[in-house]
Amino acid sequence: MLSYAIRRILLTIPTLIAVAVLVFFVLRVVPGDIVEIKLTAEGGMVSEEEIMREKERLGLNDPIMVQFYKYMIGLPQGDLGISLWTENSVSSEIAARIGLSFELAILSTVLAVLIAFPLGTLSALFRGSILDYVIRLLTIGGIAVPSFWLGMLIIMMLLATVGQLPPLGTVGLFEDPLTNLNQLIWPALSVGYRYSSVTARMLRSSILEVLSEDYIRTARAKGVFERIVIVKHGMRNALLPTVTVIGLEFAFLLGGLVVTESVFNLNGIGKLFVDSVVRNDLNLLQGLVLTVATGFVLINLIVDLLYAALDPRIRYQK
Amino acid sequence: MSTPTTNTTTDQTYTKPARRTVWDFVRQQPLGSIGIIMIVIMMLAAIFAQQVSPYDPTDVDFEASPAFGGGAPSMAHLLGADAFGRDILSRLIHGARTALSIGFLSALFGCSIGAIIGTSSAFFGGKIDLLVQRFIDLMLSFPIIILAIIVIAIFPKTVVAGIDVNVIIAIAIPFIPKTARVIRSQALAVVTLPYVDAARANGFSSRRIIFRHILPNVTAPFLIMMTAFIGQAILLEASLSYLGLGVVEPTPSWGLMLSGVNADYYRTAPWMIIYPGLAVSVAVFSFNLFGDSLRDWLDPKLKL
Repeated sequence: MLSYAIRRILLTIPTLIAVAVLVFFVLRVVPGDIVEIKLTAEGGMVSEEEIMREKERLGLNDPIMVQFYKYMIGLPQGDLGISLWTENSVSSEIAARIGLSFELAILSTVLAVLIAFPLGTLSALFRGSILDYVIRLLTIGGIAVPSFWLGMLIIMMLLATVGQLPPLGTVGLFEDPLTNLNQLIWPALSVGYRYSSVTARMLRSSILEVLSEDYIRTARAKGVFERIVIVKHGMRNALLPTVTVIGLEFAFLLGGLVVTESVFNLNGIGKLFVDSVVRNDLNLLQGLVLTVATGFVLINLIVDLLYAALDPRIRYQK
Repeated sequence: MSTPTTNTTTDQTYTKPARRTVWDFVRQQPLGSIGIIMIVIMMLAAIFAQQVSPYDPTDVDFEASPAFGGGAPSMAHLLGADAFGRDILSRLIHGARTALSIGFLSALFGCSIGAIIGTSSAFFGGKIDLLVQRFIDLMLSFPIIILAIIVIAIFPKTVVAGIDVNVIIAIAIPFIPKTARVIRSQALAVVTLPYVDAARANGFSSRRIIFRHILPNVTAPFLIMMTAFIGQAILLEASLSYLGLGVVEPTPSWGLMLSGVNADYYRTAPWMIIYPGLAVSVAVFSFNLFGDSLRDWLDPKLKL
């Protein structure tokens, strides 16, 4: 197990380096000029000279290889450069917001799993029944409904019933857990619905696949109680692919957060991501992309290690 | 694909080859048929938008605006009017044009490039295959909307003949790696078939073999993926436009209709929020329903 883990961990390094290099060069072809946008946004005419001076100050006039060198040297030290817009360091901009997004992601996952497990299991066990059809329609619907629209409907519903929205402004989880939860549960639900649909569908199909295996027939033929067949022989094996889906979807949650944070006006990294594109803040965008990629690689690593722990066959391959 | 089954035993029974007619699809896949019917209705609405919509989608009529207390769904405006007093039904019908054309074009574009990369990767094998696979893995480690937004950041806004080319490219690119991976795994089985060897022995160029001998044999997964991706592309277009990164005013787009909603309207003009989102959901739902059934029908084992 240990040697597998080490091998697997070492494998992540070249991936991350490749992402870092690619992201840098891909983003250098962006045409818009942040300095010009920024200076004109502050009002008035901007002379060519001023733009040049500002560029010089921000290090944008260095040859691309010099910029690349600085960037690659900075990375291992966690230095992602400075945001071209706010001029704070990119890592501090991200650090200030990642906690909120992370909490939202965890909350969505919990909600999604709580919804998905009963739905997926019932749908598989009562395959072909009306219940199965209803659940399948619900889950196909969950994939079709845009999460930002669901968020808007939730806001509308809150306004109609409670008459007000959860208080704005971020309250830390540890300062006031209840208010914090009250704020985040709604956006989490609007992201989590889609997530739970994907998971429930995966669970349904993997349970059905497992239940058609020979060993299930054998267990039934031996006269094992149906309940035990399903829980011990069926569910356990069906969980493996479902765990993968949960892990991967967790890594992909940022995609859902990008829009949902805008709807609920939450200051997380999803919103930061959109802002960085709107403002042409390349350094920030680059830092965010790297963060997303690192997160994905790490979650993949955890899923793989979990898999290896659950299934000995994987550990001994190659 | 299922192969026609011919009975070789001595008794004279003959099992019919699996038929593939429209009627079979309708009978075997009722849900999918509902999906395709809804898709056809939307397509007709999009094509004849000018004829069927009661108003011009850009007609401004401030008297009908919720800002002045009007705009509620009525006989004049069946689904209400937006902040500028523009008829929502007309905007939805014209928005179908934007959604379907961008959805279809980007799915076609993304899937085609993906299919070509996938089959070439399978055909050439070796180092090329390995390199392509690594690159695909890398691209797959980003959520599609993140990839799309990055592409939006890179490509300047380009509108050709009223179609937002940069939005189409941004939506198409995230579909390439997934298609390439699925098509490659299907093509790997095809490249070992004798007729590919025969084509090679005939001295045909790689390009000819890939385009004329391998690609036609991965049509089923291609069609299935494309249907699924049209739905996703519509969803993506709506999300991008909602964020202000997709198509821009005055083009009627479902996502854009939702982005302009002022906080007050949540209470006073819920129709401005409900209908555009419903349109996106129904469109994506129809394509998903049809895509799912198409997969069950053509190739139930295909993993997307």
